Amino acid sequence: MGEPAPDRRPGDRDHSPWNWLLIVPIVLPLITTFYNSSSPDLLGFPRFYWQQLAYILVGVSTTTLVYRMTKRRSSGPRIPASRSSREG
Amino acid sequence: MWRDHLTEIIVFAVLFVGVSALGFVAAKWRRPDTMEHLDEWGLGGRNFGSWITWFLVGGDLYTAYTFVAVPALVFGAGAMGFFAVPYTVIIYPLFFLVLVRLWSVSHRHGLVTPADFVRTRFGSPTLALLVAITGIVATMPYIALQLVGIEAVLKTMGVTGESTVARHAPIIIAFAILAAYTYQSGLRAPALIAFVKDTLIYIVILVAVFWLPSQLGGWGAIFDAAQAKYDASPAASDGLLLNANNQLQYITLAFGSALALFLYPHSVTGVLASRNRDVIKRNMSALPAYSLLLGLLAMLGFAAIAAGVKPLPGANPGSVDTNTIVPVLFDKQFPDWFAGVAFAAIGIGALVPAAIMSIAAANLFTRNIYKEYLNREASPAQEAKVSKVASLVVKVGALLCIVLLDPQFSIDLQLIGGVIILQTLPSVALGLFTRWFHKGALIAGWAAGMGLGMWMLYQIANPATGRMHFAGSAFPLEKFGFDTKATIYVGFVAVLVNLVVAALATLVLRAGKVTDGPDGTVHDDYFVDEDSPRRGTDSEGEPVAVA
Repeated sequence: MGEPAPDRRPGDRDHSPWNWLLIVPIVLPLITTFYNSSSPDLLGFPRFYWQQLAYILVGVSTTTLVYRMTKRRSSGPRIPASRSSREG
Repeated sequence: MWRDHLTEIIVFAVLFVGVSALGFVAAKWRRPDTMEHLDEWGLGGRNFGSWITWFLVGGDLYTAYTFVAVPALVFGAGAMGFFAVPYTVIIYPLFFLVLVRLWSVSHRHGLVTPADFVRTRFGSPTLALLVAITGIVATMPYIALQLVGIEAVLKTMGVTGESTVARHAPIIIAFAILAAYTYQSGLRAPALIAFVKDTLIYIVILVAVFWLPSQLGGWGAIFDAAQAKYDASPAASDGLLLNANNQLQYITLAFGSALALFLYPHSVTGVLASRNRDVIKRNMSALPAYSLLLGLLAMLGFAAIAAGVKPLPGANPGSVDTNTIVPVLFDKQFPDWFAGVAFAAIGIGALVPAAIMSIAAANLFTRNIYKEYLNREASPAQEAKVSKVASLVVKVGALLCIVLLDPQFSIDLQLIGGVIILQTLPSVALGLFTRWFHKGALIAGWAAGMGLGMWMLYQIANPATGRMHFAGSAFPLEKFGFDTKATIYVGFVAVLVNLVVAALATLVLRAGKVTDGPDGTVHDDYFVDEDSPRRGTDSEGEPVAVA
């Protein structure tokens, strides 16, 4: 362990408008009226089943997108943050 | 008769023994300087990269019981059983937003369990103790369910007997081996075994999904057969689609289960073992590959209907064990040697989560009961030692759940487990975002949610099986005085009440100027990454930098 926290960067770095996109895969699978029917079917699977499997792909694409857009740069200025910035 | 299944048994046994050997070797894997530290034994050195984390967390969240019970539910009820798919879609964005914060604060403060976090955040040993006990109690039956998964496979291979001892002997042996290598290797054992487990499971599922329809006339014919079965059944709640009365149950069960999942101590263990935030975030977009697997497996419940599978008899005369649906389907449709591989996949699939769960429960005991109340000066080596022993005790407890109680009862316990672990949501999950709640209010909310949840579960009867209480998690809304036949997931209602009570009590306690505990964390703690040094905590719970 070295000096006390020399490399702490400012907080709030998790806040990004991109995070709102994650609401989509959270809410979409919960709206049963969107998929609770048997037609159209796909390769013999009723809509209820293939559409919910398709939501997995929606989840993967949104989390991948949000991850890429909010990824931290590995280098950059490091500003020591105040110790007293307690969360209320 | 087991003699008819000799090939399956040999393949199963060879794979099982091979994997166990791997479990013992795991102690030397990624060469720790010492295993005499809880970070090494209980969190694999907190240094797992993307691939290991993927296998570990995947092997942790998708258990043998999931692979056996979800298709069984679909076999019996149809659409309702498919709730597991939306549930496993929702969890990853939730994990993405919440667990990275938990990782950061745990990294900064050297936290090992969710109760450790609550202790630091709210400065209340009592609240932390409640969270720890809730976690241990909820995890035990979950471990027991892994045994239900192995037992379904053994039963299908004819490895069973009349007496209690004969019926459970193979499981006791399997669990003794598991206990031994977990004791020695800690979290490294399930992490290493997960590679084998998942490779086997992926092979089996892909073969099943393509091979079985070709044998049964295609997916169209399979769904037609299922439709015919549900049309003929007298039950009102089954069918290929949801009906007006079970949609709310479907939504709340999927959402409530997702919230419960990341509160389970074993999910936290898997996440805290990763090297940095990026590993977690990247995994949240890669892990849904398992959800696809789960969805395809769920639909094998329909394939079992089309193949005319009959579940094997249950423990009591006249009952059936629907958990045997998938094993019987494999036994019937696959060549013997491949059925053996499939059974090994399910059996080994039980070992990985059982190991992680027992480690997580043991860590809770060590950190939040032993260190907090029994030996405040415990050294890291003593902590590791206590955790090792506690992991054995937890496994024996889970084993007793299965051997002494009716396995059906273990399933009921797990149902209760989901409802009770949800009651830690305000302190653990919301605590990661806000310090607004008062520690006393969180305790009050926990008690209210727990009480209501237990009362609701007690009210649920199932006339079909003759059970009067704890017969499911679908609470009829008419019992609250609503004029409807719709049902709702108990855990969802209980956690809502918990939140309302916690919020109201916070307002009251703040108005009365009742002392709150000190917050041992600062704003920045929730964002730090691996390059940040760890801090300690002084005697007042105030954060200090580690020099």
